[in-house]
Amino acid sequence: MSSTAITHERDTHADSHAHDAHEHKPGFFARWVFTTNHKDIGTLYLIFAIMAGLVGGAFSGLIRWELAEPGLQVFMKGSMLDSMGLFNLSNPDHAKHAFNSVVTAHAVIMIFFMVMPATMGGFANWFVPIMIGSPDMAFPRLNNISFWLLVASWVLLCTSIFTPSGPGGEHGFAGGWTMYPPMSSHTGSPGPAMDLVILSFHLAGASSILGSINFITTIFNMRAPGMTLHRMPLFAWAILVTAFLLLLSLPVLAGAITMLLTDRNFGTSFFDPTGGGDPIMFQHLFWFFGHPEVYILILPGFGIISHIVSTFSRKPVFGYLAMAYAMMAIGFVGFIVWAHHMYTVGMSFDLRAYFVLATMVIAVPTGVKVFSWIATMWGGSLWFTVPMQWAIGFIFLFTVGGVTGVVLSNAAVDYSLQDTYYVVAHFHYVLSLGAVFSIFAGFYYWFEKMFGVKYNKWLGSAHFWIMFVGVNLIFFPQHFLGLQGMPRRYVDYPEGFAYWNKISSIGYAITAVGVVVFLIMCLEAAIVRRKGEANPWGEGATTLEWTLSSPPPYHQFSELPVIKEDEDAHH
Amino acid sequence: MGSKRLFGKGLSGSGLFKAASGAVVTLALSASMSVSAFAEDVLGQPTDKAMGWQPAGSALKRQTEWFYNDLLFPIIVAICLLVAGLLLWIMVRYNKKANPVPAKFSHNTLIEIIWTVIPVLILVVIAIFSLSLLRDYNNMPKPDVVVKATGNQWFWTYDYPELGVTDIESRLREDAKDIKTAKAAGIPYLLEVDNVLVVPVNKVIHVQTTGADVIHSFTVPAFGFKIDAIPGRLNNTWFKAEKIGTYYGQCSELCGKDHAYMPIEVKVVSDADFDAFIIKNGGKTRAMIASEAAASAAAAEEAAASAATAASASAEAAASAAPASAAATPANASASAAPASGAAAAH
Repeated sequence: MSSTAITHERDTHADSHAHDAHEHKPGFFARWVFTTNHKDIGTLYLIFAIMAGLVGGAFSGLIRWELAEPGLQVFMKGSMLDSMGLFNLSNPDHAKHAFNSVVTAHAVIMIFFMVMPATMGGFANWFVPIMIGSPDMAFPRLNNISFWLLVASWVLLCTSIFTPSGPGGEHGFAGGWTMYPPMSSHTGSPGPAMDLVILSFHLAGASSILGSINFITTIFNMRAPGMTLHRMPLFAWAILVTAFLLLLSLPVLAGAITMLLTDRNFGTSFFDPTGGGDPIMFQHLFWFFGHPEVYILILPGFGIISHIVSTFSRKPVFGYLAMAYAMMAIGFVGFIVWAHHMYTVGMSFDLRAYFVLATMVIAVPTGVKVFSWIATMWGGSLWFTVPMQWAIGFIFLFTVGGVTGVVLSNAAVDYSLQDTYYVVAHFHYVLSLGAVFSIFAGFYYWFEKMFGVKYNKWLGSAHFWIMFVGVNLIFFPQHFLGLQGMPRRYVDYPEGFAYWNKISSIGYAITAVGVVVFLIMCLEAAIVRRKGEANPWGEGATTLEWTLSSPPPYHQFSELPVIKEDEDAHH
Repeated sequence: MGSKRLFGKGLSGSGLFKAASGAVVTLALSASMSVSAFAEDVLGQPTDKAMGWQPAGSALKRQTEWFYNDLLFPIIVAICLLVAGLLLWIMVRYNKKANPVPAKFSHNTLIEIIWTVIPVLILVVIAIFSLSLLRDYNNMPKPDVVVKATGNQWFWTYDYPELGVTDIESRLREDAKDIKTAKAAGIPYLLEVDNVLVVPVNKVIHVQTTGADVIHSFTVPAFGFKIDAIPGRLNNTWFKAEKIGTYYGQCSELCGKDHAYMPIEVKVVSDADFDAFIIKNGGKTRAMIASEAAASAAAAEEAAASAATAASASAEAAASAAPASAAATPANASASAAPASGAAAAH
């Protein structure tokens, strides 16, 4: 990326042609429903992710509201939540079940319908083709079906929340996003809610697999002349690695949940010990998908952060090749560490020792990335724009989440921390404060490019600072709760955990204010419509999207840009 | 194994480590010290406002605490402070005003080697202690008492298979289900159960777990163990409680609507109290089983001797020898249970 210079005169030339030949857009329905345009599909994904994020965030609000103090206050008959009529809280059993089903839905929504659509769907669709100098994705129609399959998957998941799960009329699957049988099999969830979750996962998986095939093909075959793999922007690298992770891990999940489906409905007993099956087999299959999945969530963020840090330091990315290969290393090692989620299931000593060591290895390439971001800024000329604030926040918070990951990799320590709030704090630091911060960073970085209007900087900064304080207040005290032994996925807790839960819930309220500021920011920009520039970030922004207008022409690069080696960059 | 010694060395070596890592680590440690100043921790249950571990009730948990508090925690705090410090320095020194012309370098092989190799070395140190502690968890000493905990939706069932005590159902007490009634009864809310798991102090206890319906997880934070209770499997772990007292834990694998309402209460008592508990529940103490076994073995020997002198009584002797060997089995069972149950879990 930074080691390349772009020949400008050719695409500005192409642009002027594009305005005559390609700028006519189809009508609203044809444009947004049948769209095969990578930028429109990217926009659809982003809108989808924001909507799903609001739902998932509201669900986490219900969780923190309930956990604000010991005793049941929200998930009970006669509460304010009951009066809304969304959940069946008619008796204590149903109410407690509803809490578990909200916890489950929060995780599924945030992972499959917020982070993945935002990064792989939104930003990758928007910017991978542009960054590699391609007019569109390799399979534009496949791109369309990828998006609409996700919408269908979302509908199934939402339906499942209001579908019976047990004989008593409790609604929604309540066994956690990990879906461990027998909680997810006929024993734990006899009703159709779980079947809908399985079908929803199948569709989301198909959507992601098709999307990955599209990205891999696009990146391998549609790079502009001179755009060798080793000159490719790091965001495109991140998406390439992520696409391979999705392609290799999702079929395993699909297999596992298909076996679960036949266990539930057709009398097989893959995971049922009374029929010779093994519930732990499911956990192995699930985490063989599930661990790569967490890198699928964070790797695109790594790419985004590299661009932002380099742009606003006005300096090329430090150690470009090491950064690209670190992502590949993380992706590869991510496939061989899955059972560190299962230290307490009773594995042999050798197996546990192996997973301890393999898991620790991941800290090395991750450290390379963090230090390389810092080295990119070192000696630079830093400009603290809104995306840069998010990016610097990301680097620190991701480090905090990363080091607690090293703590948890130690099986012997994990015996005290497995399934406690320490784990909750850890994965929210890397995902809620890591992946989500990188998404907001990318959103502010590309906002002007995508929508052609400028946002209000003051609102963007306020959004950052409120969120920064809020999420830290939510999740930092959860480390203390975990050390004290508070188990996760609890609707109620002993009084010994009261204080930090209260603080955590206050943090949620602050974060919610931050989200409102974000929405106001979007609304303000949409109403005021300050015209965006082609490149608001100046000389630091070196990737191809900044050579196009804001927003880019409906079809870009009808004449391909030619990428040349930048002579200075290698020294 | 040498693992115990390794930890001994680690403890004395930790002084060196602290000194060598300088002010940053000292700061981190003082932060961990202040933890106890903030709240007086209660043995065996969570303490409000506490920021660290529950007080350790077993040697293994103490080792875990040492490993975390004195090795992992200083390292991770040092790394976070290093990253935060570098970021702050960069923001002050290399902002647009302070450094209007950016440098253009993008490589430095030496620094890249350094930040790859140093993390590897740190991880090697962590791994040595980590695997040594893992081995201590895994190398289960011969049990004095074996207890079996079965997870049910939503209560625990306890058995003492060798002592003939079975099916003790342990449920959350009615008055512990409400904050007010719990306070009136002077019991911890959501933790007090009707029938507790009783174990003798300073004895090796093997815990075998299995699930009756869905997966549950059996844990007592103060003892530092957690083991899943899985249908169709028999898992195994161990602990040795060092102090008489009551210790609480809570089910730690999502198991349905009352997941938060099936606590674990372990009462650690003296040997005499434990024997009394076993007898009260219709079992036999280890001493009783051993003496019975010895008596029947002696009877069998006597019978065998008399059989040698009186050939006519041989049929009778054979008859009495049979129950004798049967009675001897439970006494051996505790010894043989170790490898057998170890095979169930650790393999």
